[in-house]
Amino acid sequence: MKRVLILALAAAVLLSLMGVSMVGAQASGCPEGLFSMMSAELESACSGELAGTVVTMFGPFTDEDEVKFNTSVAEFEGWTGIDIQYTGTKEFEAVVRPTVESGAAPDIIDFPQPGLLKGLVDGGYVIDTDTFLNAEWMQQNYLQSWLDMARIGDISAGIWARFNAKSLVWYPKAAFEAAGYAVPTTWEELIALSDQIVADGGAPWCVGIESGAATGWPATDWMEEFMLRTTSLENYDNWSFPADAASRLPFTSPEVKAAAEQLGALWFAENYVMGGRQAIAGTFFGDAPRPMFDNPPGCYMHKQGNFITSFFPEGAVAGEDYSVFYLPGIDPAYGSPFLVAGDIYAMFNDRPEVRAVMDFFTRGESLKAWLATGGALSPHNDTPLEWYGSELEREIASLVAGATSVRFDGSDLQPGAVGAGSFWKGMTDWISGTVDLDTALAEIDAAWPTE
Amino acid sequence: MENIKTRSDDQFSIVELGLAALAVLATFAFLYGGFVFLRDSGISQILTALLAVVWGVGGVAALYYVGNLFIEKLPHNWTVRLQPFLFVGPAVALLAWYLAVPTVRTFALSLYNANSTEFIGLKNYQAVFTERIMLEALSNNLLWMIVGTTLTVGFGLLIAILADRSGFEKTAKSLIFLPMAISMVGAGVIWKFIFDFNPNIGLVNAAVVGLGGEQQAWLSLVQPWNNLFLIIVMVWLQTGYAMVLISAAIKGIPDELLEAARVDGAGEVLIFLRIIVPNIAGTLLTVITTVVIFTLKIFDVVMVMTGGQFGTEVIGVRFYREMWTNGNAGYGSAIAIVLLIAVVPVMIYNLREFSKRRAF
Amino acid sequence: MHVMKRRALWMVNGALFIIVLLWTIPTIGLLVSSIRPRDDIQSSGWWTVVPHLGWVSTGEQRPLPEGQTRDQPITIDGVTATYDEWREGVDLGNGTRLVWVGTLRLGQLEVYRQEWTASTRFTLDNYGQVLAGREYEIRNTDGTTTMVQGDNLMGAFLNSLTVTIPATIIPILIAAFAAYGFSWMRFPGRRLLFIMVVALLVVPLQIALKPILTDYVSLKLNGTYLGIWLAHTGFGLPLATYLLYNYISGLPRELLESAFIDGASHFTVFVRLILPLSVPALASFAIFQFLWVWNDYLVSLIFLSLGNQDAQVLTMRIAALVGQRGQDWYLLTAAAFVSMVVPIVVFFALQRYFVRGLMAGSVKG
Repeated sequence: MKRVLILALAAAVLLSLMGVSMVGAQASGCPEGLFSMMSAELESACSGELAGTVVTMFGPFTDEDEVKFNTSVAEFEGWTGIDIQYTGTKEFEAVVRPTVESGAAPDIIDFPQPGLLKGLVDGGYVIDTDTFLNAEWMQQNYLQSWLDMARIGDISAGIWARFNAKSLVWYPKAAFEAAGYAVPTTWEELIALSDQIVADGGAPWCVGIESGAATGWPATDWMEEFMLRTTSLENYDNWSFPADAASRLPFTSPEVKAAAEQLGALWFAENYVMGGRQAIAGTFFGDAPRPMFDNPPGCYMHKQGNFITSFFPEGAVAGEDYSVFYLPGIDPAYGSPFLVAGDIYAMFNDRPEVRAVMDFFTRGESLKAWLATGGALSPHNDTPLEWYGSELEREIASLVAGATSVRFDGSDLQPGAVGAGSFWKGMTDWISGTVDLDTALAEIDAAWPTE
Repeated sequence: MENIKTRSDDQFSIVELGLAALAVLATFAFLYGGFVFLRDSGISQILTALLAVVWGVGGVAALYYVGNLFIEKLPHNWTVRLQPFLFVGPAVALLAWYLAVPTVRTFALSLYNANSTEFIGLKNYQAVFTERIMLEALSNNLLWMIVGTTLTVGFGLLIAILADRSGFEKTAKSLIFLPMAISMVGAGVIWKFIFDFNPNIGLVNAAVVGLGGEQQAWLSLVQPWNNLFLIIVMVWLQTGYAMVLISAAIKGIPDELLEAARVDGAGEVLIFLRIIVPNIAGTLLTVITTVVIFTLKIFDVVMVMTGGQFGTEVIGVRFYREMWTNGNAGYGSAIAIVLLIAVVPVMIYNLREFSKRRAF
Repeated sequence: MHVMKRRALWMVNGALFIIVLLWTIPTIGLLVSSIRPRDDIQSSGWWTVVPHLGWVSTGEQRPLPEGQTRDQPITIDGVTATYDEWREGVDLGNGTRLVWVGTLRLGQLEVYRQEWTASTRFTLDNYGQVLAGREYEIRNTDGTTTMVQGDNLMGAFLNSLTVTIPATIIPILIAAFAAYGFSWMRFPGRRLLFIMVVALLVVPLQIALKPILTDYVSLKLNGTYLGIWLAHTGFGLPLATYLLYNYISGLPRELLESAFIDGASHFTVFVRLILPLSVPALASFAIFQFLWVWNDYLVSLIFLSLGNQDAQVLTMRIAALVGQRGQDWYLLTAAAFVSMVVPIVVFFALQRYFVRGLMAGSVKG
């Protein structure tokens, strides 16, 4: 008994005394003249003063995107000696709130949905980036609409790091051209083409909105495209991101209903969508474009963001097997708007190294490697088109640049209860015929939180 | 171990008590040291893993051992008084921390508004019982509870009994159990290959089309049957649970009892009703209770397969969405409390059964 | 042992066989899919690997009759059908079928013949990517490319074991003590405490995540193995206590009485008598708890991985494999099997404890 006791005590002491020694990190310094108008913290990071510090990040991208992210910050880590540690999870939406509210927030969080960020800004957890970033630099490197979208409540809640383009229609180029079809540049041409395809015995469109726990989101994208094309930008903004309760355009308004009716006219038109309503509701969004690659194609057009290429069959070559065009505007009065989505980085702990890393992310340089590999678009003005590694993404970037206006995915901007909840549900209920359009829109609207 | 083999009734010794108390403290110190070491050390992962397992499991066992050592060194009447708390104390304490206190807190939150700033009484509960989507969830849960429990327990019982008499018991039980080992993401893919709309992916639609029928979006547009298809997924996953427990209970029935009945010429049906069922009644109640609770809490099957869309909403998914995605603490909490209240009758029945049993 | 009538045995075996077959078909589908290449998984059913009579294109084309317009029903070899019907394919008898390939304007009829076919492209590539980590082609800014190997499963596998083994044994131990205490000891508050334990069965663990994480942050427990073990213990305890109470309270009291008469203490009785006797119940619960913890995602993510980036469990690695948008979901086929190996081994290891007559010797009457 006593012997056991002594051994135990000795071991306890030994164990408590053991520690680890940190190895100091090396910093080589940033290349001369690479960054201009730096914040004080980025400057000291570049001179190696912050070497050995760690910045933790948390976000929704995993695996391949995680590798791309790590590659794109690797050089910066070498220059400054700051270690950027990223954790990704597929359950991002579920865990981000409890993590932050319980005090376990990492330094920087990547939000693919600014709507989620809003709740945390209201809780006072988010640090205002205006407090340390050079305002002149931000004006110079971002379009005003990006800066506006980052303003949540009274603060600048984060910085836009990446975006992807949504208003894109993919088509099987070889079969499309063999059938004698031409890329439409106006809405009338698009409808004429659809009718032509139907007359030829084919289906013009492929649509699928199934997405497991997030079922319904592709339908919300379609709604946003129609909102942008059938009503004013002001209405779109008041619908997706109202400044206050008084200016909010509710889902029950005639404008929103008109957009939904136009969408219904396209989706539910005889033979317009391969497989009809059933296919729309039952097809996984990632499987939806595959019939385009059948011989003969099951459909000729598929509207989806630029990420969809990763679902295309192995060996399908951009520019040969498939290509992309811009979903044309409907009413010339509203021009040719472009729908985008993207990632905003918000900051939760205020330390010099975190500030330095945030400043780094305001620069195209932070995306350079990612752009070369593909899969992201840069919102930074200092990113030249040559950085894009693929012809296709360069083309998409120029399509976005050619738009008369750029607007963010409305469902991502709306509060989570709507944008990641009732909006999905209302659309699926409407599509499956569970409720009529008016009820669906009323139920979507009822979930909007009252302040 | 020798010194605890017999009860040291009145041989109270202050020295031994002191030593035992020291042992308790030393164990705590040792465990804390181990914790700090494991948390901060930079040793290899395999070594950490191995040490952690030994430390964790051994630590808990050691705490019980030294705790008991100390209590048994106390004067006898104190031993009698305190020993029960050594046995149930750790469980009760952990439960209080992890579940009971959060439940009370949830109840309090359910009386407040979305961001817990304003007391609104029972308004959230009123919403729970009037909103169309919540009503849909409640009625779906009822379906889950009745159909899901019946099928899971029924199949579990049937398979356990058949397997007991068959020539390939182990193989059969292992194959029925197999789905339990599959993670939910894996199960989602498995059932995609069954229910997918595309007849080149989904088996059911391939069969339907092959027989000249029209392909269907089984999980979305075939309402309200899609709920049943989701229940089938749950039954497929969980029958192994019912089977293992029921099978263990059946094996506990003494052979002599069955033999005697057979000698008396009783048929298999009679044996099942008169001997097997009464003998495993306790286990059946346990299994039914846990499966009922499981179906009421059902979450992941629905979340992964349909996200609660297309009329498949259930309480678990609603709660999760209100609480986490929507940040509506008040409403989400009210849903959780309703769930809790729904199970009260089952619990009361269980407790009644328990009190019928005689304990010391 | 009673000898069953042969006919009855046949019926039992037959019925069981059918049930087991139905139960296994979905898993077979997954197994077959896991060794097929990505494009095959997404374009043809897994059941096509079984040789079957199918229509195969001969590559021949069948010209339309002279003067036939395309929007009218077409008659060939005496068979008349509309465009939509030709698109589906029309049998001409004699084992050939004509199918319209392409659009109404530009397509043509192709000749198909019925043949035995099977989709036989198999690969272990899915398993390779899951086990060894995927390879990504990263294009550098200077135009060159490098291959980057993603994480392999080894680290996650070890983490999962480190989490799961104690998170299985600890709650069983604590619950067994509690179940014994509730069944065979008298103390004030026994009934109330027991009701609390059982009532907590129904509490969804999601309500506890935030308050517990807050506690963990202040106790510095987040991101530690101890934290995750305790969490799994707390969440698993109601069921463990309930199941074990049911079993332990049902043990014959004569057994314990004779032990106490021999002068044994509660602790001795528990360790020497009750634990060995409860092996079937302990083993059953061990299997379930092991499975739940092994397949858990949310609890590990919140209490372990968020505070310790390196400590990712298997389910997290596997979920991450499919990519942010789920584009690589086909990898889940192989991943599901990889993650199943350990639970199945545990099941086989513990199955032998569910043996008949374990109680028979001790129960008198």
